[in-house]
Amino acid sequence: MKRIYVNEKWCLGCHLCEYECMFASSGLDKMFKLKGRLSGYVPKIKVEGDDMSPVHFAVNCRHCENAICVQSCVAGALSKTGEGMVELDREKCVGCFTCVLVCPYGAIMPAADGKAAQKCVLCTDNSKEGPACVRNCPNGAIVYEERG
Amino acid sequence: MDMFIPAQYEVARNQELCIACRVCERQCANEVHEYDKELGKMISDSTKCVNCHRCVCLCPTHALKIVKSDDTYRLNGNWSVQAMNEVYRQAGDRGVLLSSMGNPEDYPIYFNKILVNASQVTNPPIDPLREPMETIVYLGKKDVEIKRDIEGKLVDTMGPQLKLTTPIMFSAMSYGSISYNAHESLARAAEELGIYYNTGEGGLHKDFYKYGKNTIVQVASGRFGVHEEYLNTAAAIEIKMGQGAKPGIGGHLPGMKISDDVSRTRMIPKGVDAISPAPHHDIYSIEDLRQLIYTLKEATDYKKPVIVKIAAVHNVAAIASGIARSGADIIAIDGFRGGTGAAPTRIRDNVGIPIELALAQVDERLREEGIRDAVSIVVGGSIHSSSDVVKAIALGADACYIGTAALLALGCHLCRSCHIGKCNWGIATQREDLVKRLNPDIGYRRLVNLVKSWTSEIQEMMGGMGINSIEALRGNRLMLRGVGLNERELGILGILHAGENM
Repeated sequence: MKRIYVNEKWCLGCHLCEYECMFASSGLDKMFKLKGRLSGYVPKIKVEGDDMSPVHFAVNCRHCENAICVQSCVAGALSKTGEGMVELDREKCVGCFTCVLVCPYGAIMPAADGKAAQKCVLCTDNSKEGPACVRNCPNGAIVYEERG
Repeated sequence: MDMFIPAQYEVARNQELCIACRVCERQCANEVHEYDKELGKMISDSTKCVNCHRCVCLCPTHALKIVKSDDTYRLNGNWSVQAMNEVYRQAGDRGVLLSSMGNPEDYPIYFNKILVNASQVTNPPIDPLREPMETIVYLGKKDVEIKRDIEGKLVDTMGPQLKLTTPIMFSAMSYGSISYNAHESLARAAEELGIYYNTGEGGLHKDFYKYGKNTIVQVASGRFGVHEEYLNTAAAIEIKMGQGAKPGIGGHLPGMKISDDVSRTRMIPKGVDAISPAPHHDIYSIEDLRQLIYTLKEATDYKKPVIVKIAAVHNVAAIASGIARSGADIIAIDGFRGGTGAAPTRIRDNVGIPIELALAQVDERLREEGIRDAVSIVVGGSIHSSSDVVKAIALGADACYIGTAALLALGCHLCRSCHIGKCNWGIATQREDLVKRLNPDIGYRRLVNLVKSWTSEIQEMMGGMGINSIEALRGNRLMLRGVGLNERELGILGILHAGENM
């Protein structure tokens, strides 16, 4: 399965991926319309390393083979697709956030409304063609590829 | 306190579009942008802006643009704002003004006053997509002696040649003046394209020895990083006598750009300014030059062509004639528009001559003297496009060096602040956080795209003229016509005016 991988060697810590992620899931037609509404969104990708750090890298869901989040979900909201992607059914999620606690990468987080969890589903839940973070990374630090 | 000098350019932010993502702030090494928590919005200090356009390019909502400031002193046809500001700067901080990249002043660009011919009816054009169109070029000495062995068979007396798949090479840019990632991009692109890049005078990083067969190593007056292995790794050796951006003076790499790696590669102390002398202290004549050429040839077993690079100056034709007789295989001529990582402003803006005129005169002089085949000619110094390459070849060049165009491909926006060492594009800097902004996987691909695009265009233009090889275009000045040039200029270029029949 094609997954998102990050290369810390080329990550600039510019945080563009976070904004592209919020824009992708916002459903808005123009990015500038996020102005004043940013508190309504939480990016599903997060750049690690503060501005002064020499190393940065962007983290989002790794779509683990034995996804501990899926195993721990009490509501059956998290599941694996046939391809291997971990997806989350917002309607089933009860907001217990067990998955947030167990994810070893910190890649699942409460959504902005605090009522359910949210996670990266490789932009399959929006109208973008392929992951927006990958397409808009200015330095090729986030890639979407098949690896053994 | 120094006199305040108003910014020449202003950052214009469309607050309606700005979502305060702070990418501009994080990407500006000059610390122009800042998020003001109290105001809850981004603010910019234009006085620090060098106009490199990094923020403009990365702004995801295109909320930024850089505009020419309309702040002005009393308008004066004699004293320009720039001339006044330079006086203020020198009065406040005694010293030689430094600049980077090529001469930006308003001098004529002769390439833009030359038009190329095309075939009609009698000598039909050639379609490069359907018929062969040869862009391979061999650089080196061609005036071989015909010798036979005792059995009467021909002996190969041809000197070493550089084979280029297209008549374009990356010109000398040293490791130090540009970054590791910029060098890697150039080296990998040269390898994929089957052309050459040039180390400049900064030595060759150990990691890049593997690109040796596509590398030209330079021996300059400072002799930085020159040793036997360095010479033998390369495909050719270039002796740098001069540089178009700063004829008559040597290089100067500021100490802050001399990192551990640069220091090791150049074999000089870390953090100390690297100054190349103006002359080679062992070269004061053509005979001395010949000695260095043969020293280098001896050291490399006569297997590698030796290039002698000079700046285009007033007596360039006579100098080139001397070089052609000195044993050099290739002469590289760098025009007054050529780039640099740092040069005194007065020299960059006032010394040297246009490459078009220098090239025409050198080619003509060597042909008159019957020694044109003794050397190949490579020209550089603001080759802007494939049509400039075509025109240069028709004026007599064998190939062109591109430096500035290559850096533009890597992201450079000609802010001309290389000497400050804070290149936001990761090119002219050694600061690690900035160097990583240039990913060579992306950079080399862009260079390959550029040179391949130019090559296609060169083929199209040659086909239009009914010419199917670079060989047949070289020195073919009948393919050129001048527009808006006076008789003297046409005479120097050796071309007719547009509308004139041969």
